[in-house]
Amino acid sequence: MDGTELAGQILYTWLTLVFGLILLPSAFGVSLGISEIYMKILVKTLEVSPWSDAALPPRSALAGAGRGTRGIIQRDESPMEKGLSGLRGRDFELSDVFYFSKKGLEAIVEDEVTQRFSSEELVSWNLLTRTNVNFQYVSPRLTAVWVLGVIVRYCVLLPLRLTLAFIGISLFVIGTTLVGQLPRNRLKNLLSELVHLTCCRICVRALSGTIHYHNRQYRPQKGGICVANHTSPIDVLILTTDGCYTMVGQVHGGLMGIIQRAMVKACPHVWFERSEMKDRHLVIKRLKEHIAHKKELPILIFPEGTCINNTSVMMFKKGSFEIGGTIHPVAIKYNPQFGDAFWNSSKYNIVSYLLRVMTSWAIVCDVWYMPPMTREEGEDAVQFANRVKSAIAVQGGLTELPWDGGLKRAKVKDAFKEEQQKNYSKMIVGNGSLKSELD
Amino acid sequence: MGSRASTLLRDEELEEIKKETGSASGFLLHELGEDNYQNSLSHPSTREVSHSQITRLYSRFTSLDKGENGTLSREDFQRIPELAINPLGDRIINAFFPEGEDQVNFRGFMRTLAHFRPIEDNEKSKDVNGPEPLNSRSNKLHFAFRLYDLDKDDKISRDELLQVLRMMVGVNISDEQLGSIADRTIQEADQDGDSAISFTEFVKVLEKVDVEQKMSIRFLH
Repeated sequence: MDGTELAGQILYTWLTLVFGLILLPSAFGVSLGISEIYMKILVKTLEVSPWSDAALPPRSALAGAGRGTRGIIQRDESPMEKGLSGLRGRDFELSDVFYFSKKGLEAIVEDEVTQRFSSEELVSWNLLTRTNVNFQYVSPRLTAVWVLGVIVRYCVLLPLRLTLAFIGISLFVIGTTLVGQLPRNRLKNLLSELVHLTCCRICVRALSGTIHYHNRQYRPQKGGICVANHTSPIDVLILTTDGCYTMVGQVHGGLMGIIQRAMVKACPHVWFERSEMKDRHLVIKRLKEHIAHKKELPILIFPEGTCINNTSVMMFKKGSFEIGGTIHPVAIKYNPQFGDAFWNSSKYNIVSYLLRVMTSWAIVCDVWYMPPMTREEGEDAVQFANRVKSAIAVQGGLTELPWDGGLKRAKVKDAFKEEQQKNYSKMIVGNGSLKSELD
Repeated sequence: MGSRASTLLRDEELEEIKKETGSASGFLLHELGEDNYQNSLSHPSTREVSHSQITRLYSRFTSLDKGENGTLSREDFQRIPELAINPLGDRIINAFFPEGEDQVNFRGFMRTLAHFRPIEDNEKSKDVNGPEPLNSRSNKLHFAFRLYDLDKDDKISRDELLQVLRMMVGVNISDEQLGSIADRTIQEADQDGDSAISFTEFVKVLEKVDVEQKMSIRFLH
């Protein structure tokens, strides 16, 4: 009897604490400062890192600027013309094969694309096993600290976060269903916003998220399209904590489906059936109708189409830029030292991903709102997309890549190989006509 | 720490790899222990494949290994977009796989990569009695020769040259033009009159080419 009573008491106290310290302040958008204290402690322990030197073999100064450019090799970026220069003229030489084999081997050791589909390597270890990729040696002292970290993360933080997430999602579903009963009027919109924002804040606390918003004067306006780089489903959460958006996406089953159906009752999101998604024109038409009103909440789109590991921005698909309207770019950059937000969907399903996120130290990110952009005269959708992509890459400090994020799963198009072959052919034949006489 | 332990490089494997890929002081790690080894790394003579380089390459190997069985298949290589668009991509991938095999393990991976290590001056005088290092000029040329020699008979025939040329130019050059390019190349190189290029003839044609620079990859740290 005593055991169950005790358990009941603990649960009761626990829930009251959670309610009082976290839920209520979230509803009012107020912060009690507990998470700030936690973050300060974390920053002191992880960034100063006395153990980073003991754990790593010595490395010379990094050649690249900024994170994510720690290469294994120094790549020879010389174009084909320079790489193939021969002793005389420019006809085919037996040594031409050297250029291609060197390029090939360089790509095998380190290529720009595949590294973007797995988590970024850290400069110094942050006491999570999952990031201990290259650092083999872990001293006993370090192990002790690591064990302490595990206890804190799994026994203290994880239950708290799970509770919060559960409460957040249930409140959201209940709240939006209730609000959905109201007729479409201003009160409904207000309440819907309140429900959205409160539940998002609770969910962000569930991840121990610390978000810095920059340039809030450029927040996406009604009737516009918000465009951002994509790292994980959490991006949505991060953006909606600061304002409401119209979501665009595919209808899912399961828990996601329940959430989607609940959301659309309170506020008009645009969900597509899987079959409809394939029809690009249908998608664009519906989105055009949506923004024509100019009074609807801004549409949120991720033009990369897939999750990239937050070290670079890959090709923006032109579809979102054909709708018209004002584009509001947003750059999101996570700090990987505290927790890796990237969802490697080929390796982890959504549940194990969320568990990993909830057992990290924290999710720390910066969000930069950028001045709105519109398509200029004489610019087609692809050029516009590239312009927006560059702007986001520069703002977020990310590398810009022309490669398609779809390469995560699909094979590269043959057209690129054919282009290389064409360039090479021009080089070996361009210098002269067909040789009718042999030397 | 969980399943990672089974995929981390064991020290013995590290040793063998270092020996094979041309590091005479590879045994230092074992003999001197971790701390002293770190000190020796800063010594200019130990500019071979270092501990951290091997670890990083192993990390790269495992990230390419989608099947997680410790070996790479041809599909794993073809998943690299920059290699897939390389006109000679298939020949390069083939160079990793020994005769008749479809899987390459990390040692095989490192052996092929070792051909592209830069040749350092001090290495030329080292270990005269040992086997020739994989990244010697001769072995680099051999690597390139094997890219042409499709049937591995130690000769580049006109047909083989044509096939490789076709890979490099795609559909942009006609058969006749390509044929005459091949004929010219063989005529220039062939010395014993068998209308094929042997390895010796290949080396002779390329004797003025800076093989070291064109076939070397500079490793950082």
